[in-house]
Amino acid sequence: MKDVKLMKGNEAIALGAVNAGCDGYFGYPITPQSEIIETLMEMKPWETTGMAVLQAESEIASINMVYGAAAMGKKAMTTSSSPGISLCSEGLSYIAGAELPCVVVNVQRGGPGLGTIQPAQADYAQAVKAPGHGDFNLIVLAPNSVQEMYDHVFLAYELAFKYRNPAMILTDGVIGQMMEKLVVDEAKPRMTEEFIRENYGSWALVGNKGVVTSLELEASRQEKVNERIQAKYKALKENEVRVEMTDCDDAEFVIVAFGSSARIAAKSVEILRAEGIKAGLLRPITLFPFPDKQLQDLAAKGVKGFLVAELNAGQMVKDVRLAVNGARPVEYYGRMGGMIYSPGEIAEALKEKLIEKTK
Amino acid sequence: MAEVQKTQENLVYAKPRLIKDNVMHYCPGCSHGTVHKLVAEVIEEMGMENKTVGVSPVGCSVLAYNYIDIDWVEAAHGRACAVATGVKRVAPERLVFTYQGDGDLASIGIGETVHAAQRGEKIVVIYINNAIYGMTGGQMSPTTLPGMKTSTSPYGREEALHGFPFKVADMIKVLDGTCYVTRQAVHTPAAVRKAKKAIRKAFENSMEGKGLSFVEFVSTCPSGWKQTATEANTWMEEHMFPVYPLGDIKDI
Repeated sequence: MKDVKLMKGNEAIALGAVNAGCDGYFGYPITPQSEIIETLMEMKPWETTGMAVLQAESEIASINMVYGAAAMGKKAMTTSSSPGISLCSEGLSYIAGAELPCVVVNVQRGGPGLGTIQPAQADYAQAVKAPGHGDFNLIVLAPNSVQEMYDHVFLAYELAFKYRNPAMILTDGVIGQMMEKLVVDEAKPRMTEEFIRENYGSWALVGNKGVVTSLELEASRQEKVNERIQAKYKALKENEVRVEMTDCDDAEFVIVAFGSSARIAAKSVEILRAEGIKAGLLRPITLFPFPDKQLQDLAAKGVKGFLVAELNAGQMVKDVRLAVNGARPVEYYGRMGGMIYSPGEIAEALKEKLIEKTK
Repeated sequence: MAEVQKTQENLVYAKPRLIKDNVMHYCPGCSHGTVHKLVAEVIEEMGMENKTVGVSPVGCSVLAYNYIDIDWVEAAHGRACAVATGVKRVAPERLVFTYQGDGDLASIGIGETVHAAQRGEKIVVIYINNAIYGMTGGQMSPTTLPGMKTSTSPYGREEALHGFPFKVADMIKVLDGTCYVTRQAVHTPAAVRKAKKAIRKAFENSMEGKGLSFVEFVSTCPSGWKQTATEANTWMEEHMFPVYPLGDIKDI
């Protein structure tokens, strides 16, 4: 039976974890995402589903606890915000290198350094390009609503286990802190030991004297490991891109934005349409894999230009330019440090940077 | 020379069943091989070979999974106690232990070690303290003795410059989450027998849910110390034991 609730995005992540059959959550408090561990501690899922919840001594410990739990073939999770995610970098690299699934949530704040606790999208490049050392990628999802915060926990686990790779939900303080309606799906039971043995016994530690490691001293064998990992990313690009397009069918100008920015940009499209400008919105739901093809198709269809709106100094704009590959102008508009643009600001930027310039 | 047929009658010693046939990379006279053997024997004797998860460190024992035939997860440098916590929390029915050296545990991983102990994680920590970084070529570690020469203390460790030798077991014992803290060695047959009992007790504590057991092995590193195997044993007795005295430190 479907249940309708009103809750914060952070609370939806916590409920999503329990209902997606998570086995172990390990986290450390940091604003603006502490409600996730607080909600879990209040829910006491260890008394219902048997899910373990532990407050670790640091984000370094959290991600390594996730590594240990993931090695057992279990659904493991940690959540943090920007500075804490930097501390998870080492562990994420080991988890990717050992080819284990897990889910990590980054409720971003403005930086660099301790920065601000207000929302930003400044960790885009970290999430999709350089989450740690050694040539690996995360699967990166970008929810734009409380509903998607919940749904993406399920999707993140599905993709993480399918590709045996860590998945990140990249969100921010706007989505984490705001309250919205949430339709709650029926909870999934946790995986049984038999299920793990049958389905994941080839890599998980199920008592068959397995070894989970990211160490390979022979360079020629390490190259094979890297090639296998890269092949997964290729498969992800071919099969798992998710994107939402609004008013793009007849659009002459397309705003590209993810997460909280996409909510604001949706309103910018309405403003522009009311003024007779044929604007559309492309919202990448997966940031890795990135919707290259969808952008190329729009450029080929006659879109005159793209405006990338993001709460950073211009990170995703580089990926859009790579995808469009010079076929059309790609401009950037952004705010930084926890400041947020209004729908009107983005609409004005589109007119100034694209329409006036292409006249 | 004709090969001697192995029979029950003439068999006086055998390799433990859970020690794999791989050639060990440890140097002659190093304590790792003996401690590996004891760990393998205890797991076999407890009937836990399919229920044990070892967490190997970064250091000389990084490849412990090549030698003891159980489930293993290889941790990042210093993070073994956090990894073991993750394993044990989602799989409480498993026997979980970490196997770490003094660089891994006492230096980069001291935070994870202290907090796992303070939380009373139901795991065992096996700690090989040979007062030096062996794998990277003999650098100073937190447990290097005053005056001891290493590649990063070429004139000998000076307390004023590098601080004091870290007596980890003495610090760990005050944490309420620990149930058993002991310091052992494997330099004589008598010590080996005692050490095996300590490992057994620690593993049993863990399965009884009593808390974290911490078994330190004051160990030799002949290559790092630039000594022969026998010299290293003597040097350990004369110099290491006064700073790191053997015996049970806590047992509740």
